[in-house]
Amino acid sequence: MKLRKIIEFIIEKLIFLCGVASILFVILIFAFLLKEGISFFKEVSFGKFIGGRYWYPISEPPQFGILPLILGSLLVTLGAIIVSVPLSIAAAFYISEVAPIKMKDILKAGIEMLAAIPSVVLGFIGMVTLVPWIKKAFHLPTGLTAFSGSIMLGLMAMPTIISISEDAINAVPKSYKEGALALGATRWQAMYRVVIHAAMPGIIAATMLGIGRVIGETMAVMMITGNAAVIPHTFLQPVRTLTATIAAEMGETVHGSMHYYSLFAIGIILFVITFIINFTADIFLHRNRK
Amino acid sequence: MVNPVHPAPVHRCGVHGVPEIIINKVVMKELDIWYGKIHALKSLNMNIFKNEILGIIGPANSGKTSFLRQLNRLNDLELNYKAIGEVLLDDKDIQSINPEVLRRRVGMIFALPQVLPISIYDNIAYGPRMHGTKDRKRLDAIVEETLNASFLWDEVKDRLLESATKLSGGQQQRLCISRTLALDPEIILFDEPCSGLDPISTAKVEESMLKLKEKCTIVLVTNNTKQAARVSDRTAFFLMGELIEIDTTEKIFTAPSDKRTEGYILGKFG
Repeated sequence: MKLRKIIEFIIEKLIFLCGVASILFVILIFAFLLKEGISFFKEVSFGKFIGGRYWYPISEPPQFGILPLILGSLLVTLGAIIVSVPLSIAAAFYISEVAPIKMKDILKAGIEMLAAIPSVVLGFIGMVTLVPWIKKAFHLPTGLTAFSGSIMLGLMAMPTIISISEDAINAVPKSYKEGALALGATRWQAMYRVVIHAAMPGIIAATMLGIGRVIGETMAVMMITGNAAVIPHTFLQPVRTLTATIAAEMGETVHGSMHYYSLFAIGIILFVITFIINFTADIFLHRNRK
Repeated sequence: MVNPVHPAPVHRCGVHGVPEIIINKVVMKELDIWYGKIHALKSLNMNIFKNEILGIIGPANSGKTSFLRQLNRLNDLELNYKAIGEVLLDDKDIQSINPEVLRRRVGMIFALPQVLPISIYDNIAYGPRMHGTKDRKRLDAIVEETLNASFLWDEVKDRLLESATKLSGGQQQRLCISRTLALDPEIILFDEPCSGLDPISTAKVEESMLKLKEKCTIVLVTNNTKQAARVSDRTAFFLMGELIEIDTTEKIFTAPSDKRTEGYILGKFG
């Protein structure tokens, strides 16, 4: 009897530990990032870091301006949104409202497959197919551009956006649609005016989560965006993102140097951006549930 | 649930509660409905008269709602749905009428009020706008007129631009009636419109039904036999997908010719 109580106690505590582990890890990661990154800001002001136009971390004197990197990330993300959001929402509508059951199953399986493709594979495929095509189509000196990155990242964001939007659309009470149809709305009018309206918070949340995925993506963008740390003016220009900078340079820096710490500072900025995005998505998701 | 607020059924025109001049608004011929293997309605033959309130009573799964949803072709949305037979609206087969046009002519009020999460005004203007009425003055007139018809105008006239979801359940249901009226339908289908309402709201909905029948034909599906007795001119009793009996309400409730009808009304089953 006593033994059983002890076992119960141990199991309870173990489960508790597993439960709080995720939060613990987030806190630890953030603390570590802060610890490593803060010392950087003692040397370089925050404004100069965010607003600086030049990223020359190993020249003499070094310049740590991440504005081109931020703009690069934002540009690629914006492009990915433009590519993926309309397509994904339309796809979600097709799957949940129009497609026959068999088609629905096939499409859902397809979307899961798309989500399962490793990003390095997507990047590789983009590099050998999309990049030469863009170079040819737009008569560019190089096909490694923000645009190529946007298309590939758009593909990667699609599964997230589609599946969450589809859930949101399915969650709209059937009665809303019937109510609209009973007033003589066509199928399209009922969808457009009532279902989208009711599913909007969920669709926005889905988009935000998709953006979160895009902005944090590293491998594919590093392979196909060209990695030039200059302030971009068009989509058809090589850019470098925050994530690609960390990934590309971390291996080459001297441990404990300014350059090393600056990469952690970039990590903090990235963390804050994705945190804000996820947080916003969460607000919309919860509003949807109410 | 006896309702003291409600006026006695003196509104009825005609001797037996049916209109004096009988015109067939809807005629059903040998109508069968299946959902997959479920035979929901079995060789139904019946008529709906113009300007009457036809009450449909019967226990669960008796085919009442299938019947109702056949009239505005909402059944078309169901999976594996199949219908054989004819439904004629003004002597025209409803299958030959475009469903959007049909649903404008045959409006429907659902059991749970389906207000859209927009303002009261926009809820009513929704239908007319969808069908191309853009003129603000015309819309204003429609809103006032239809809200009056559902006895809601006095309660909401000062807050037409507030969200409709703030209204009480009874008000929402009457708003739905107004919204349906805004399309100027010929027939209105009520699918247990008062199942979630308190007695006073129920009385108001019933009052508006009695007023509406001057202009429209009304089909009322209800689980509350007393409601059918209060408002309908004729009553039909459905059981297991079959029409057991249809007659004037007076006859059904005082001297039904089928034992099963009597049993249901007296509450012996269902």
